[in-house]
Amino acid sequence: MLLSVENLTVRIGKVEPLSGLSFTLDRGEILGLVGESGSGKSLTAMAVTGLLPLIGGRISAGSVVFDGTDLAALPEARLRPYRGKRIALVTQNPMTALDPVQRVGDQVDIMARLHLGMDAKAARARTVDLLNRLRIPESRTVCDAYPHQLSGGMKQRIVIAMALAAEPDLIVADEPTTALDVTVQAQIIHILGELVRERGLALMLITHDMGVVAQVCDRVAVLYAGRLAETREAGPLFARPRHPYTRALIDCIPREGMAPGSLTGIPGLVPSVAQYPAGCRFHPRCLHADAACQQVPEARPQADGGSVSCHHPMEADHG
Amino acid sequence: MLDYILRRVLLLVPVFLAVSVIIFLILHLIPGDPVDNLLRVGSNAEARARIEAKYGLDRPLVVQYGIWLANLVQGDLGSSIITRRPVSTMIAQVLPNSLMLGGFALLFSTIFGVIFGVIAATWRDRWPDQMLMGGVLLGSTLPSFWLGLLLILTFSVQLGWFPVSGARGWESLVLPVLTIGLGGMALVARVTRVAMVEAAGRDFVLLLHAKGLSPTHIRLRHVLRHAMIPVVTILALRIGWVLGGAVTVEYVFARPGLGLTLIKALAQHDYPVVQACLLMLAIAVMLGTLLGDILQALMDPRVRSALT
Ligand SMILES: Nc1ncnc2c1ncn2[C@@H]1O[C@H](COP(=O)(O)OP(=O)(O)OP(=O)(O)O)[C@@H](O)[C@H]1O
Ligand code: SF4
Ligand SMILES: [Mg+2]
Repeated sequence: MLLSVENLTVRIGKVEPLSGLSFTLDRGEILGLVGESGSGKSLTAMAVTGLLPLIGGRISAGSVVFDGTDLAALPEARLRPYRGKRIALVTQNPMTALDPVQRVGDQVDIMARLHLGMDAKAARARTVDLLNRLRIPESRTVCDAYPHQLSGGMKQRIVIAMALAAEPDLIVADEPTTALDVTVQAQIIHILGELVRERGLALMLITHDMGVVAQVCDRVAVLYAGRLAETREAGPLFARPRHPYTRALIDCIPREGMAPGSLTGIPGLVPSVAQYPAGCRFHPRCLHADAACQQVPEARPQADGGSVSCHHPMEADHG
Repeated sequence: MLDYILRRVLLLVPVFLAVSVIIFLILHLIPGDPVDNLLRVGSNAEARARIEAKYGLDRPLVVQYGIWLANLVQGDLGSSIITRRPVSTMIAQVLPNSLMLGGFALLFSTIFGVIFGVIAATWRDRWPDQMLMGGVLLGSTLPSFWLGLLLILTFSVQLGWFPVSGARGWESLVLPVLTIGLGGMALVARVTRVAMVEAAGRDFVLLLHAKGLSPTHIRLRHVLRHAMIPVVTILALRIGWVLGGAVTVEYVFARPGLGLTLIKALAQHDYPVVQACLLMLAIAVMLGTLLGDILQALMDPRVRSALT
């Protein structure tokens, strides 16, 4: 297993926005991490890429075992060689992800120069090659452009090129297409999927778009209010969701015209970190909630792999 | 870019003309008559008319302005009513002093201000930051004449390292530069610190960390670069101030400069000298702004794009 997250718990100051997440991800696989806005997807990405200290957070319990090493136990200085080189990040908003005063070519070049020890010329040749493969027209000219001269989709491709440049084993893509228009979204998702198959990368694709998950993910981890609701293979999960929250998510796969992040099918909102309810955190919104749900549900392993954290998992076929 | 600079310089011409009109007019609008100074007590009206004719004060204002501007463009700033020396000679004598003092003071504030700002931002809210920012607060509240006297007492009188006053040799420059530069340094350090903290919180910085770049590289090559954009603007705006606002320092250190010349001329109603001094300061402010704009365009491609 390339990445194996066990009981991941994150603290930021006094709050604990993530509690006891466990999931795995192997090479050549795409794991979809889904959940409404505020459920903790970005923080999970930060934990896996070792960036929590930047926002004043830390992994307070659990492990993030990457290729045999527990990253949660490494000090910052020993963590850095993993960042960019072995684990790459694609962030949510391409508009603000690039340094606005540096040419985009240089921003990609630095990856090969830093992590692969290439000289400027070799690194640039590699960058141009990458941009070509990401289907960026006139890639040499684009290298000399500044971010503000490029469209959002183009910028996100540059960010993806940056992530790919040092040949990482794992890419964590945090809502890579949310800020883009629909056609560009499809293109980018398609490109990412292709790269995973071609190069045997592992991709952790964070999104709140169940439609995208259904299209490209092999496995899915459903996050709710900082806890894992359900994690299973995509096929069975979509066919027979066991967790009421998963079911609700699937029932309201965003259709065109819906505000991203909103789940009109589920009344109520994700509680904020300070107001996580006791017991099952979904119970105030759950139709199946009863007295048992005042206790935190254990993660129950499933016969078809994966696990579900619910006192009353749904058994019946979906539909 | 060259195109931009050219356009920006051309734009200065109307600004310069407007400024020259104002400078010309101010002196005719403020109370006090220089002719009174030139007349002996009890002189008759005839003597007065003679003097007014000599300095052209009897002609219509528009004509006076035209003549003044035409002479100005040829480098003729008229001659002092009080000393009767050509104003251009007087300016040429004090301007190098002011330029040197201002230039070195700016250089000093920039270099040390940026260094201290970077240190403070790097160790934000820890002791290096608190110490530096405490010093900066002190530095920006001390009046410059007091600071000047303090420096003279310590380094000239007590230690004897530098001359007490005068404008001869580089040694005489050290204390005045320090006196002016410390205030500027405090300002630059504060702005650098705030701008760095702000820039470090931007989205792209997170991604730079995710790329595996070292924190030092990120701080100096990316965050500082962004932080320098507001710093450059502030420094450019300070150019005019440093040249003209050094009056107290020029006074304390007895270094004749533009500021002191201006104050003296004002007190004596010496029109041509006042005009020339104000003109020099206005030019300095204009060139400072120009320089600031050009530097900003050089540093920020978004500004460059907005221009074309
Ligand atoms: N720096 C922080 N300090 C305190 N709480 C934080 C911090 N960052 C995030 N949180 C909280 O942690 C929870 C999870 O945030 P996170 O950004 O991971 O959500 P998300 O699932 O990525 O949402 P979105 O879809 O809006 O990006 C939220 O309730 C958020 O308020
Ligand atoms: S544990 Fe209870 S409240 Fe929570 S999802 Fe299951 S049924 Fe709903
Ligand atoms: Mg997020």
